[in-house]
Amino acid sequence: MGKTTGFLKYPRIEPNKRPPEERLQDWGEIRLQQDLVTISLQGARCMNCGVPFCHGGVVLNGSVSGCPLHNLIPEWNELVYRGQWKEAYHRLIRTNPFPEFTSRVCPAPCEGSCTVGYAWDPVSINNIEYEIIEKAFAEGWVQPTSSKPSGYQVAVVGSGPAGLSAAYYLNAVGHEVTVFERDDRPGGLMMYGIPNMKLDKNVVNRRIDLMRASGIKFTFNTEIGGELPVQQLVSGFDAVVLCGGAGKARTLPVEGADLIGVYFAMDYLRGNTISILGGNDGSYITAVGKNVIVIGGGDTGTDCVATALRQDCKSVHQFEILPKPPEKRIKTSNPWPEWPRKQKTDYGQAEAISISGQDPRHYLISTKKIIGSQDHVQKVHTVNVNWVRNASGQMQPVEIPGTEKVWPADLVLLALGFNGPEDILPEELKLDRDANGNVQADFGKFETNVDKVFVAGDMRRGQSLVVWAIQEGKLAAREVDKYLTGSSFIK
Amino acid sequence: MNNALPKKQGLYDPAFEHDACGMGFVVNIKGDKSHDVIEDALTVLENLSHRGASGADENTGDGAGIMLQLPHGFFKRECQVLGFDLPESGDYGVGMIFAHRYDDFRKTQMGIFTRIIEEEGQHILGWREVPIDKCTIGESAQAVMPYFIQVFIGRGLGTEDGMDFERKLYVIRKRAEKVIIPMCEEKGGAFYITSLSSKTIVYKGMLTAEQLRNFYLDLSDLDFTSALAMVHSRFSTNTFPSWERAHPNRFIVHNGEINTIRGNVNWMKARQKVIESNLFDDITKVYPVIDESGSDSAMFDNCLEFLHLTGRSLPHSIMMMIPEPWENNELISAERREFYRFNNFIMEPWDGPAAIGFSDGVIIGGVLDRNGLRPARYYITNDDRVILASEVGVIDIKPDNVKYKGRLEPGKMLLIDTAAQRIVSDEEIKTNVAQLHPYQKWNQQHIASMENIQSGMNYEDPGLGDILQQQKVFGYTFEDIEQTIRPMALRGEDPVGSMGMDSPLAVLSEQPQMLYLYFKQLFAQVTNPPIDGIREEIVTSSSLPLGNTGNLLDPGRSNSACILLEHPILTDEQLNNIRHLDNTRFKTTTISILYKVNDGARSMNRSLERVFREADSAIREGSNIIVLSDRGANENLAPIPALLAAAGLHHYLTRKEIRTNVGIVLESGEPREVHHFCTLIGYGVTAINPYLCLATVKQICEQGQSEGLNYEAAQKHYVKAAVKGMLKVLTKMGISTMRSYHGAQIFEAVGLSQELVDKYFTMTPSRLEGIGLEEIAEESKMRHDSAFIENNPTRDTLEIGGYFQCKDNGEIHMYNPETIYLLQRACREANYDLYKEFSHLINEDKIYTLRSMLEFNINPGDTIPIEEVESVDSIVKRFRTGAMSYGSISKEAHECLAIAMNRLGGKSNCGEGGEDPARYYPDKNGDSRNSAIKQVASGRFGVTSNYLVHAQELQIKMAQGAKPGEGGQLPGGKVFPAIAKVRHSTPGVDLISPPPHHDIYSIEDLGELIHDLKNANQHADISVKLAAEVGVGTIAAGVAKGKADVILISGYDGGTGASPRTSIRNAGLPWELGLTEVHQTLVLNRLRDRVALETDGKLLSGRDVVIAAMLGAEEFGFATAPLITLGCVMMRVCNLNTCPVGIATQDEELRRNFAGKPEHVENFMRFVAQEMREIMARLGFRTIREMVGRTDKLRQKEVKHWKASRLNLAALLYQPYAGSDVGRSKTKAQNHMLEKALDVRKLIRMCQPALQDTKPIRAKLKINNVDRVVGTLIGSEITKKYGEDGLPEDTLKLTFVGSAGQSFGAFTPRGMTLELEGDANDYIGKGLSGSKVIVYPPHGSVLKAEDNIIVGNVAFYGATSGEAYINGIAGERFCVRNSGLQAVVEGVGDHGCEYMTGGRVIILGKTGRNFAAGMSGGIAYVLDFDAKLCNQSMVLLEKLTDPEEIKEVEESVRRHVYYTDSSLGRQVLNRWEQYVPRFTRIIPVEYKRILENEIREQSRISTESNIYRDPV
Repeated sequence: MGKTTGFLKYPRIEPNKRPPEERLQDWGEIRLQQDLVTISLQGARCMNCGVPFCHGGVVLNGSVSGCPLHNLIPEWNELVYRGQWKEAYHRLIRTNPFPEFTSRVCPAPCEGSCTVGYAWDPVSINNIEYEIIEKAFAEGWVQPTSSKPSGYQVAVVGSGPAGLSAAYYLNAVGHEVTVFERDDRPGGLMMYGIPNMKLDKNVVNRRIDLMRASGIKFTFNTEIGGELPVQQLVSGFDAVVLCGGAGKARTLPVEGADLIGVYFAMDYLRGNTISILGGNDGSYITAVGKNVIVIGGGDTGTDCVATALRQDCKSVHQFEILPKPPEKRIKTSNPWPEWPRKQKTDYGQAEAISISGQDPRHYLISTKKIIGSQDHVQKVHTVNVNWVRNASGQMQPVEIPGTEKVWPADLVLLALGFNGPEDILPEELKLDRDANGNVQADFGKFETNVDKVFVAGDMRRGQSLVVWAIQEGKLAAREVDKYLTGSSFIK
Repeated sequence: MNNALPKKQGLYDPAFEHDACGMGFVVNIKGDKSHDVIEDALTVLENLSHRGASGADENTGDGAGIMLQLPHGFFKRECQVLGFDLPESGDYGVGMIFAHRYDDFRKTQMGIFTRIIEEEGQHILGWREVPIDKCTIGESAQAVMPYFIQVFIGRGLGTEDGMDFERKLYVIRKRAEKVIIPMCEEKGGAFYITSLSSKTIVYKGMLTAEQLRNFYLDLSDLDFTSALAMVHSRFSTNTFPSWERAHPNRFIVHNGEINTIRGNVNWMKARQKVIESNLFDDITKVYPVIDESGSDSAMFDNCLEFLHLTGRSLPHSIMMMIPEPWENNELISAERREFYRFNNFIMEPWDGPAAIGFSDGVIIGGVLDRNGLRPARYYITNDDRVILASEVGVIDIKPDNVKYKGRLEPGKMLLIDTAAQRIVSDEEIKTNVAQLHPYQKWNQQHIASMENIQSGMNYEDPGLGDILQQQKVFGYTFEDIEQTIRPMALRGEDPVGSMGMDSPLAVLSEQPQMLYLYFKQLFAQVTNPPIDGIREEIVTSSSLPLGNTGNLLDPGRSNSACILLEHPILTDEQLNNIRHLDNTRFKTTTISILYKVNDGARSMNRSLERVFREADSAIREGSNIIVLSDRGANENLAPIPALLAAAGLHHYLTRKEIRTNVGIVLESGEPREVHHFCTLIGYGVTAINPYLCLATVKQICEQGQSEGLNYEAAQKHYVKAAVKGMLKVLTKMGISTMRSYHGAQIFEAVGLSQELVDKYFTMTPSRLEGIGLEEIAEESKMRHDSAFIENNPTRDTLEIGGYFQCKDNGEIHMYNPETIYLLQRACREANYDLYKEFSHLINEDKIYTLRSMLEFNINPGDTIPIEEVESVDSIVKRFRTGAMSYGSISKEAHECLAIAMNRLGGKSNCGEGGEDPARYYPDKNGDSRNSAIKQVASGRFGVTSNYLVHAQELQIKMAQGAKPGEGGQLPGGKVFPAIAKVRHSTPGVDLISPPPHHDIYSIEDLGELIHDLKNANQHADISVKLAAEVGVGTIAAGVAKGKADVILISGYDGGTGASPRTSIRNAGLPWELGLTEVHQTLVLNRLRDRVALETDGKLLSGRDVVIAAMLGAEEFGFATAPLITLGCVMMRVCNLNTCPVGIATQDEELRRNFAGKPEHVENFMRFVAQEMREIMARLGFRTIREMVGRTDKLRQKEVKHWKASRLNLAALLYQPYAGSDVGRSKTKAQNHMLEKALDVRKLIRMCQPALQDTKPIRAKLKINNVDRVVGTLIGSEITKKYGEDGLPEDTLKLTFVGSAGQSFGAFTPRGMTLELEGDANDYIGKGLSGSKVIVYPPHGSVLKAEDNIIVGNVAFYGATSGEAYINGIAGERFCVRNSGLQAVVEGVGDHGCEYMTGGRVIILGKTGRNFAAGMSGGIAYVLDFDAKLCNQSMVLLEKLTDPEEIKEVEESVRRHVYYTDSSLGRQVLNRWEQYVPRFTRIIPVEYKRILENEIREQSRISTESNIYRDPV
């Protein structure tokens, strides 16, 4: 409809961001809104494909391709192009209850599989989503929902994206939902894991307020398991959805990992967010004036770099044991529409570069040991590695002699990912676990081996994306609804 | 009846038999009886024998017969011998009876017959056995031969002579049939009365044309005399013996087919109760008027007979049944228009291609349908004879004896009245009939227009409440609004899509489906042509009468009235006006079709009964309009599917025989797409107010999404799109008027239970069982829930839809991100494991297709080692790629497919669009880019002699799965210079393919084209591509008899190119049904072993192919899958030229993205073959051949599915009984009988010196109409040897004297000059490729050449180059699709130069109507042109001014005179200066623009990108 060649006419325009020099001065979000004309033309780049891969959400060659939430991307791209923002908002929330979260934190597998990306730069889907939901909030279109009470009560354990999503949908179909959260604030990793620059905590609170207004009860500072045995929830509610996440952080099995000054990234980021929010529970860790080493090249590592820079660290380096990804996807081994494995410079690195001119990341580097004095970390010893296929065909890192290096370090942050859910809930309920320690339940069913008990999100899936957590929460809500009423309108 | 047609079994149903033929008559104008008339008529018949056919048994004909005046003298003589005297002529009637062979039972038959005669007050004079000689007739004919007996009935005292007596005989016959035929059915015998009349007698049977003369000894008796004789030779689509299906019927012979037959039969039944006639004591004695076991021609005859015997002349009755196009015709008189207008009110036309000969024994005449789709030529002689026949030259007449040579023109009648002893002109007949009654007054009395009815009620919008909720309860999806309603409202057109269907049938879908989607549109192929409702608008009409359509026999009765609607879509205001009518003429009753949704099917059923009851009492209380309304759906009330309610009511009233008392209006929120409207009209709704859809259009406008259109304009667009779309659907079936489509039920139901169909959709074919009211109610509830359940989180958004885009939560698709990805990787990386992952998803994951519902019957003991199974290399030779034209896809993709298939030894198909001759020769590396299969489609683009000789297989595309019955259109923006070159057209100019092949309007025409192509390349197999639909089995049998070597059955879901979405989804059937029906029917007909069967339509895996083989195919086509391997990602924008992967685009930038390689396609084909081998090994099959037709190795899968589990696939797995001698796969070659061709008999030898050494050759030979396609075989030899350039001009100069058979000079190349002294039949110069064709009247002729017809219809169709000089008038459709021929002719019929894209045509005489329709290139120069006759939508009419051009035209005329000695031409040349201003230059607008650009900036055109237009 008038934009069949939009992808040939208009180039991709990246989201508007505050310049690093400016944003480093505060904890505010780095993204800025764009003007509507620009966004509308970005929407015009969408081809409205017969098979919208962006919307697929399938796992191809080990990574997700397209949106796990099956967001109706071509629909709202078209609507935005035509200026029908309100309709675009309605089509957006048909599949996605929390676009304000995904548009901020999702690595956008949709863009990785966008057909325009086959030969050109993909449509800036993530940014269009961001603009739609922010406009919706600004216009007051986002309102609490109402429903007819079903008479059933459901408990949701955990208020991360999976728990919130499950709660949102269960409430929408009329069940009385109580969310149990052990922290003082809702959101799980979205509150204390993801830094404020990426996801302003007011954005989380804004959503929670709406959910409260829709009738969802939140109970904070309430840890389920132990003092409040989970069995009690199971007996007291008609169904329980466990969304406890996969919070068991992966450790670094090297000498010196127990020194003071070596922290899990999550603890570091959490303390920082608490402090920003004006709290002080003694968990705050500062990087001011320190040489900081971040071990782990993922998004959390980046968050640590950015946080450390804002805390005025002396230096910051980020280690990644894997090789540097290629600049562009390799078409033979990593063809479209697979998730593109390529080098990207995220906000933290960009900020580091703006200060020192140096990318803080070091690749193919393995931490040998951490040396300290008086229990305080002082140095990190590393060696470079090569990845070599071993006898059984697996790729393994092999140290390269002569590449040993010692790094001065006052603060070492371990951003190595997670090792599955914490044990307390599964153990209390004697839930079956899979080989990775996750709670056993089929995707699409979400039933555990215990009647009434469902599980969703990272706790079932293992560490993953926020969009997956939201999708799992939604689908688990559907299964709970079916379990309670025999059918469900949750799609 | 003596009917040995097999019973309905499996997917075969005798109801779909078709026939066509040759017909003719001979008459002495003065009424002088002679035996010569009979002799001549039989000669005519014999010379038309190539238009008939024979089946598996060559000696058994499909039927031949003759109708004559009663030979009084002869019978008097015969009866004297038998011992009884005949009274005077006219005082007795003779019945010719096919009676039972066994004496006992025959006596019973005769006894009953005698009783009826006496009860009707007449008496038996005697019986006569008819002498026959059966020694020459075929075995199968003999096996079921009846006993022939004549009865002589004396006129009773109370019966007047003439018509009164005829009516008595009619009543006797109808009564006898009603009693005796059912008895015969029990006894397995025969009873059929060929004729019973005091005026005429019919001799006919299951004979060949040659056999008729000798079979009935009477016909050779010199005392047997008649002044008129009408003959017919039949070509049936089956080989089943049937004596009574031969023509003539009681009044007519018919060449053609009635497309609207189902509706006509229903309507006749529907009005029986309201018919009153004082001519009969009890008219119900002749009911039912129509014997539904007869062929369409027989049923036509039934109706004609009824109209005639109830008080109308034959011509009058014919004018009612086959009206000429009158609505858009300014050329007919006002009174005639009034006549037609009135008859349109009381009766719908019987629509379809037809040349009909009719006679009552005194008058004899011929008439042609409004489209002129059958040929009929006649001579009037100086010795007072008229000879009319499907062809000229059927009888030898000395040139100096010919007074006039004419042709029947579309819609026109020729009548000879032997009593008045003269020929009555069309004008006179029709004027007389039109003056019979005060039609104008009657019209004023009975027919109102929308404008002049006023109920006086002002319209107030009742409002809809929450529009979203209403949209949801009626099942509107986001896709419906965005992809259908909005584009229709904005563009005024039914939107286009591409890449076919890959989603389940409605009955297989988990989603609730609109009831409409369970109905698949039928379309015309082979036995009748689709028509072009856009370019040939003059013949179409969308008007419908709404109201009481009166008493057929008492037209003046005052209490009936209707509103004549321009088209069946009503706006809210119009409906309001109708709803409130309550006056002496009109009374409207509104009935709600809502039901209590929570009570489910029971409540729906009760509400339906209520609706019927209410309608019944409304009619009794005088209502003549009923409005069914579903306004007011709320949380308790849901709409009954409108189609169910309306069709149910229609059939309820039809059964009660009071249907014509009312018009049914539907006020519904439901219908929104073209297909919805079509099904509603097709099932009897007269007018539709789609109020919610219109409200949605309004909403779009109010939201500012209408690109500036206001609601009024957008609504107008929407309605226009709907009406245009409907016309397209009905013209696809060859139906021209909405009036005939109305109630014609041109659909097959897929997945509805028989019980449901019988009750609500009576007589609709439905072959697989399926859902009933229970599931329909469930679907309604699902929609209702989605709108009204409060706790539905998506309550406030529309559902997704997802038919044309693959979306989660929408409809499922075989091609989805996962399958596309897996298939591409597998084929790129030659990774069989990945392929297996892909095929697992296709085969096992979900129910996508009917074959998903089947599983293999594996007997573990049968399993063999895979090594024993036919190799991959051998299997892939049976694979083909789909027909995709160069132009629709890029050069890279097109050549990739060809290389891959040539490497494999399979076949690629070049599609419709020619091929670059450079590709005919191998590449340096040994690869060949030459497409093995070359397609011959209706546009004939690039079809030259050179193209034809370089094919291994020539495929005639009759229909394509994605848009059967439609022509294609390549937008000018895609016609780049390279493409224009191979298509012989002009870059940048739109290319339009006509819906039909203009040389195939019926089965015998297809036989002719097959024969033509075989002559054009005798080494190529001829394949015919059909699309699956109900009845395709019988069509295929006809095609096999027409000598095709391969028949391809395409599924509806296939298709890569662009097509209206209505067609993609709703036209045609899955190949499983079509293929199986074809296989079963061919086996039943013992024809299966002569043809190879191929199938295609979303074949994606080895399992698919194995099932296809088991259902009867031995060759297999793939189109979308190979494209996917080449990089296609199912963008489905093929129509937009924006394909991002460089396949379906000509844009150079996009083509750079093309990443496909032949290896990818090869890998795919090998993978499929390998997967087949794995399955074959498990089943124990070593070869494909042994697997063909083995449905015993399949069984229906048990599935858990709320709808699909109701299906019963037994008909699909049925094995027809046939003896062990009956082949079940192709084992023998067709006998094309080329040895009988004049080329082989004489010309080849005579022309050797030219062929060998380019030596000039001259020859002069006699020619006759049985000498068909003369010169073509020689031409092919020249092309083979000398390539595209042929030989120097006039190397071969051959002169023929006489009447040339069809396709004279077809495809002949440069270097040949074919001169014809005499006249020619249809298709002269078809596909002319450079030769020169010259036609002039015979020496000794006294006619004025320029006033007489000399060549037949569709001359020079698809010519690409050459010259033609015709000294006389040509028939209809002269130079259709000409792209390079220079022609001079002295007059042409209707539709001249249609779809022309190039060449120059000079016409020194009159043209028919609709000249230059769809003409996008070339120039025509017409002398004294009447602009009224021109279709000016694409062309400009100009004066001839350019001196250079004037000189060129003059030069052409000079050559015309030189070659033909034309006196008209000479006259023109002599006063050239005076003639120049009298020429009109007809040039297409676009073509002119491009020509002028070419001259202005020569360079501009050469760069491809410059003419690229941004597609809209």
